[in-house]
Order: sequence, then structure tokens, then C-alpha cells
Amino acid sequence: MLKVEEQQPVTFSSALIAKCDEISSRYPEGKQKSALLPILHEVQAERGWLSAAAMDKVAEYLKIEPIEVYEVASFYSMYFLKPQGKYVLEVCRTGPCCLVGAEKLMDHIEGTLGVKEGEVTADGLFSWRGVECLAACGFGPVLQIGPEYTFYENLDAQKVDTLIEELRKK
Amino acid sequence: MARKLLLEHINVPGINTLDVYRQKGGYRAVEKALKTLTPDEVVEEVKKSGLRGRGGAGFPTGMKWSFLAKPEGVARYLVCNADESEPGTFKDRYLMTYIPHALIEGMIVASYALGAKTSFIYVRGEMMPQIRILERAIAEAKAAGFLGKNILGTGYDLELFVQPGGGAYICGEETALLESLEGKRGNPRIKPPFPAIAGLYGCPTVVNNVESIAAVVPIINDGGDEYMKIGIGRSTGTKLISASGNLVKPGVYEIELGLPVEEFIYSDEYCGGIANGKRLKATVAGGSSVPVLPANLTLKLANGEPRLMSYESLSEGGFATGTMMGSGGFIAFDEDQCIVRNTWNFARFYHHESCGQCSPCREGTGWMEKVLHRLEHGHGKMSDIDLLVDVSRKIEGNTICPLGDAAAWPVASAIRHFRDEFEWHVKEPIKSQETNYGIAKYAEPIAKPEVTTEN
Repeated sequence: MLKVEEQQPVTFSSALIAKCDEISSRYPEGKQKSALLPILHEVQAERGWLSAAAMDKVAEYLKIEPIEVYEVASFYSMYFLKPQGKYVLEVCRTGPCCLVGAEKLMDHIEGTLGVKEGEVTADGLFSWRGVECLAACGFGPVLQIGPEYTFYENLDAQKVDTLIEELRKK
Repeated sequence: MARKLLLEHINVPGINTLDVYRQKGGYRAVEKALKTLTPDEVVEEVKKSGLRGRGGAGFPTGMKWSFLAKPEGVARYLVCNADESEPGTFKDRYLMTYIPHALIEGMIVASYALGAKTSFIYVRGEMMPQIRILERAIAEAKAAGFLGKNILGTGYDLELFVQPGGGAYICGEETALLESLEGKRGNPRIKPPFPAIAGLYGCPTVVNNVESIAAVVPIINDGGDEYMKIGIGRSTGTKLISASGNLVKPGVYEIELGLPVEEFIYSDEYCGGIANGKRLKATVAGGSSVPVLPANLTLKLANGEPRLMSYESLSEGGFATGTMMGSGGFIAFDEDQCIVRNTWNFARFYHHESCGQCSPCREGTGWMEKVLHRLEHGHGKMSDIDLLVDVSRKIEGNTICPLGDAAAWPVASAIRHFRDEFEWHVKEPIKSQETNYGIAKYAEPIAKPEVTTEN
């Protein structure tokens, strides 16, 4: 599952290290492993995905074994273990959203972007996937885009097209 | 209009800021608790209120607090469970987005009651915007002297941190949440020991839902006795209900417990009826984990009396004719919806979210998803229906945490109440791909008390 796609050692920016230091200081002495999930979010926000080399760097920073980072990164659905598009459209595919058209919306996104779920468009800008309940069931269909995880609610095909156009122009 | 305790000021511009929140009476509970009550007196008020955990289990919050071990020299923790992931439930996200200080204030009062010096709000990772909102609110509260060292000159110190999750439904289970907060995979722990004895970092810990903690604020302001007067029987106070599906006005509503279900669905004060002039076919009353009910049993008990939005009334009739309050995620299905498809969708969800620790759940959820997939897509056999019931029974009660039960109940209840529709999918494999079974008899009055026997 963890394919090594990035061989070079990774260096973190000083801003990222400062952020990691701040996060680690929240926990009692000796419990710094608690910082793992938040730090992985920060690393992914900076680098777009979590390569094995980046995870090794996190292990080194937290003074834990690399496997302790891999097992966590592969357990949680938000961490990307392979490169993604610049914008990852994550569409809720769970029951309540499907009652109001989420499945049709995913078909539409697949058609518009021209790539299957999990694939990246040729220009590297977009990928998309269905995700489980995003806790916005009353405002469905919904999708989110990281790393800020902005929510887009009450969507239809037209609104999604507009959104994709806006992101293309950015 | 019904009484509102949590969402009273939701439409006040700027209520997400400390200044406006205080103008509307915010942080009175902190002043009252820290300056005039002992920690034990705060626990006593919450016990008196009859408040029951709003995350789904419905266990009395005050009692949970009183179980917390207090050994000398050992830190204690309060952890707020904001890992809201139950399909159909979105009330906590709403509360944190619009009135973040209601949660912060509740956290301060609850931490004081439990003697916690460091507390965490564990928010699901997808809610990054809410995490930023809470962090900003915490900074405001700290600048105003409600957090940090020597709060309001009382000598009480408290630090409050927001912890993001990584995207895993299972972390809503309290021991999985604690594992995750310790930087590990979210595998639930075997209980006992309960978190009250050995929780975060092996220390005594209380884990409470966002809404439960926010409800502590009006309980302290008005007193537990006042809170207990709202509601019906052992279902005291108000409850946030997340309404979704085919409704005219889906959204988050604060109700007084005891409201008739029919009024909740059809009155203009709440959901305003079924969207597009259609008829109600079925509901899931408390989030995807609770049994699905046909329209007739949603609105009325088996004996014909109206069903109410309360812990007791929703579960009246047991699993034969009732459901559960759960986390208050109310999903309405109109006449065009397919129960088989929705059951498959939920089964896929639980398969995806099973942590993989216990084999009945890890394997069973996958089998249920596969069998339901073939039923929904016209490849099912009649024997598949009983196979599903069999698998669901073998998961239920045989796992470390309740995710197994939560995966089994929607499947078992769908077959219990909608067996005709499942059989139709087998008998009409092609037709069922083009059209739906429709409302059938599911909204018709129940002629006599239904007796369901299961072997």
C-alpha cells in the first residue's frame, strides 16, 4: 500500500517546524506523540500529500518509530498516501446526501473533470473522490476542498461547474 | 414557540464573538460556578437536571461525572467529543460554527466541576473551519480572563486545546477517541477499565458530547430543577435535532423533548412537511445506527397513540415496532426512495468505517455490503434476505465497541419492516433497476398491534 514515490530526504520549512513546536507544547511532558495527527495535517497542507520520506521526517521530529506514523497515516481517511490534484473535491456519498442527489452529482463531476474517482487530471489541478458523511446532511449535497476544508453546500451540477471554473482561473 | 436554551440567540449578528455573546448573558455560568459553587455542587446541579448524554447513548451526564476517580496527585481530563460523524447528524457542527462560546463556556464549567486543569475538544479533522472558529473563540476567552491561570481571580487554572481528528467515524467511540488523541489508530479499548478510571494517558477522564457540555450552561444559570421541568418524564430539557432528507425545511432544530413526531415533521415551526408535495415513506429517527421505521410506525406507536420525540417514546415497542433517540439525526425518506438502496449505502458506510479490530464486524460488515449490493443491483437471491439477518445477528453484541451493533441494526430493521421491498428486488430484478417499489402500505394506519416474532 505504501509505495515509495519520493526518495529524497524531506526538509520542513521553518514555519512548519515552528507550528509543530507549538502543537507539541499542548501536551504533558512525554506525551508528544499526541501531536501526530495535527502535525500530519500541517505537513499535508504544505506538501499536498504524505510521502514515506515526509512521514519519516515526522517520526524523527517526534522521536517515534516510522511505523508509528505509517500505521496512523494509513488508518485515517484524510491523509493522502499518493500525490493528488491541487484541488481534491471530496463529495459526501452517504445516505442523507444521496436522498437529495449526491450520486448524480458525482457522475457529473466525473464527466466534467474527465477522470475517474481517485485519478488526477492531466493538468494536475483536480482529483475527486466520494467520502463518508461530512456532518452537513441538512444542506446536501455537499463537498469539501482541503487543506482548508471549505464546505460547499446545497450543490447542483451548475454550482459545481461554476466552482470548478473559478478554481481553474485561480 | 418552544423554549430555546442553546439556540435562543443563534440569529443575533456577531453572536460568534465574545462581546456579543456576553451581552446576551454569556459567561454568567462561569462566574456563578467558579465564584459561588463548589465543584461538587456543580455536579449536583447537573445530576438534578436529569441531562442525558446527547451523543447517542443517553447516559445521565451527572452520573457519568460522579464516577470520575480522584486519586491524589494524578491529573484528570475532560475531553469533548466533537467527532460528529453519524450519518444524519450535524447539530454539533452547527453549534460550533455559530455559537462557539456556548461550548467554550460549558467546557470551563464542566472542567471546574471535574477538577481538570487541561481539557481538549476533539473535533473531526474535516471540520477545519470549525477548528479555526473554536481556536479564535478560545483566544478571546483567554484574553478576557476566562481561561488560563487564576481564572476570574478564583485560583482555578485551565488550559483548553482543540485537537483535530484524521477522518474516522470510529473515533466518536470514546475510547477510540482517546487512542486517537494519544496519536494512535482509533481502535476502541476493552472496557473495563472505563475512562473514568483510566482514560487519557491512563488518567481519570470524562468524555462528553458537544451538546451535553453546552447544555451545562443553562443548567448552571437557571438551576438543575428548572431544566428538569422542561421535557417529559426522564427525557428532560431540550434537544437539538438534525433534520435531513426529503423535507421542506431540513436543518437543525431545538425542541423540547416530548414534541409529537408528527408535529416535528409537518408543522411550519419545524420541518414543514415532505418536500415536493410527496408522502412520507420511512424515517431514521436518531442517526443511521438506529432502526429504520415505516411512516406509520414513525408517527404512531403500535397501539395507535402518537409517538413523541423523547428517549422513551422513540424506543417504545423495542426493536419490533420502535427505534431510538440516538444522536437526534432525523432522516426522512419520501415515497420515491428505495429502502434497499439506502440500506446498502449505510452498510457500505459501516464497512468503510469498521476499524478492523474484531472479526465479526470487520468481516460481517463487508459481507452485508456485498449481499446488499447484489440485491440492489438485481443479482440477489431470496435466500440472501435471511442471510443478511443471520450475518447481522452474528455481529450484534459480539464486538468490543458498539459499531458492530450500529452496523447490524439498520440492516435487521430494514428487513423487519420492508421485507416486501427486498423480495420485490429479487422477483423483479430488471424492473427494480428502472423504478422503485414506492410507498406500498408503509404509510397506512396499523390495523392492530403488530406482533413480530423473530427466530
